[in-house]
Amino acid sequence: MTTMLNASPTAARPEIIREPTRAGTGAIQTPISAWESVYRIGFLRKGFILLVLALIWEVYGRWLDNPLLFPAFSETAGALVANILNGVIPERAAISLRTLAIGYTIGVSLAALLTIVAIGSRIGTDLLETLTAMFNPLPAIALLPLALIWFGLGTGSVVFVLVHSVLWATALNTHAGFRSVSNTLRMVGMNYGLRNFGLVWHILVPAAFPSILTGLKVGWAFAWRTLIAAELVFGVSSGSGGLGWFIFENRNQLETANVFAGLFFVILIGLFVENVIFATVEKRTIRRWGMQH
Amino acid sequence: MAEASPGVTSPLLRVQGVTLQYKTTDYVVTATHRVDFDVYPSDRYVLLGPSGCGKSTLLKAIGGYLTPSEGSISLKGRPVRAPGPDRMMVFQEFDQLLPWKTVQENVTFALTASGKLGAAEARDRAGYYIEKVGLQKFAGNYPHMLSGGMKQRVAIARGMAMEPDVLLMDEPYAALDALTRRRMQEELLTLWDDTRFTVLFVTHSIEEAIRIGTRILLLSPHPGQVKAELNSIPPEALGTAAQAELETRINDMLFTH
Repeated sequence: MTTMLNASPTAARPEIIREPTRAGTGAIQTPISAWESVYRIGFLRKGFILLVLALIWEVYGRWLDNPLLFPAFSETAGALVANILNGVIPERAAISLRTLAIGYTIGVSLAALLTIVAIGSRIGTDLLETLTAMFNPLPAIALLPLALIWFGLGTGSVVFVLVHSVLWATALNTHAGFRSVSNTLRMVGMNYGLRNFGLVWHILVPAAFPSILTGLKVGWAFAWRTLIAAELVFGVSSGSGGLGWFIFENRNQLETANVFAGLFFVILIGLFVENVIFATVEKRTIRRWGMQH
Repeated sequence: MAEASPGVTSPLLRVQGVTLQYKTTDYVVTATHRVDFDVYPSDRYVLLGPSGCGKSTLLKAIGGYLTPSEGSISLKGRPVRAPGPDRMMVFQEFDQLLPWKTVQENVTFALTASGKLGAAEARDRAGYYIEKVGLQKFAGNYPHMLSGGMKQRVAIARGMAMEPDVLLMDEPYAALDALTRRRMQEELLTLWDDTRFTVLFVTHSIEEAIRIGTRILLLSPHPGQVKAELNSIPPEALGTAAQAELETRINDMLFTH
């Protein structure tokens, strides 16, 4: 039967046996071209985009020629440098960042507490899910009137809305991350004899780190946005206002270039946190571990 | 081989009348029904059966991840209740290594997290076992830089470094290509020759069972029940008529009903 199957309709063909040689195959590794290696550097690509945007801004500003409505890039940059040099913007930014740090820390700690409760029991999960479903869609600014009644004008109210904006986004992402940790990793942790907090700390937190980091990033963006908006509304009587108050003040005085400079600085801080702080954390953790490419 | 007559020593692991059930959303499924077997020190004990015979479920129960609804599992006379470092699992999945730790740290962490050794001793022992599986060059690499076979080698090194009473292997080579699988099987036998650890090995490949095992437990599917407990052939007899004969015998037992 096997001979039947092996019988070929054509004439028998000779077998071919070769010895692979190294000669003539050329170099196995060749370096990539100079242009490609420059193109691979992320901040150069992003810097190029920023340059183009600044150029468009400058051209449009000059063409419009109305500094009261839309100052050009050069005027904004000038106002920014002037305000940095006279110490106004750094002082205001320090106030904003201090408030932010307080609100962010409280928010993240509460989120950690809530997620630990949530993974501990079924009812804890329900609690987290219900609370996030209720409060996550609620804009932080909508809580301002309530915050004013409870905490009065000033830092207390701003911190309250900050906590609200950070807490739900961070808790939601962290919890989703914990739930998506592979069962095998959990079993490995239990095999080592890890239980409860040991398991959370040594296995779940690092395994869910990509989601936790996303939560922290989303929380940061929400917080920064909320902070500036809240300062615009009631930085007024808190005595020493932050960047939001700086923007508001200059709008009242029709110093549009200063308003732009304030907004520009808000953006700069945002870019710095995103592209320097978070990017470094990402590179040192999840990129290195092969959890993100 | 190590124990000429296993009846003399007492069994290391006793599985007596174990029925395992798990719940899906609509049903209670019985995975195994009253399974008995004993594993003796230095056995290479293989659980063999077609898919659906509950062999992996049985291994998870021995690991302590499931509680039998009937019967008992005991290791060195103590009942098994929860997962612990005296029964190290090697899983089929490649993601069983902690991706945020290097090869060296993965093995070291197992030793320190379980409280078996202090940091310095753990590092030394981890180094020793990593060398044993031939990965000393990759000790500083993260798991995502390794091939599937290398990841399984690390998992085996980790399991052996813990020096457990029994090493539980759940189809560890099933996701590997055929050439790598064959090499890994030979490596496992070489490692066993060195330290004579007790291993419980789950597979659905008859060939692998004969190659790896000293003793083979055949399970029938739906629900898993013991069909036979056979002695395998010595490694020298591999590739001879004895192997073919045993393969045919097992094949007939498993599939002719």
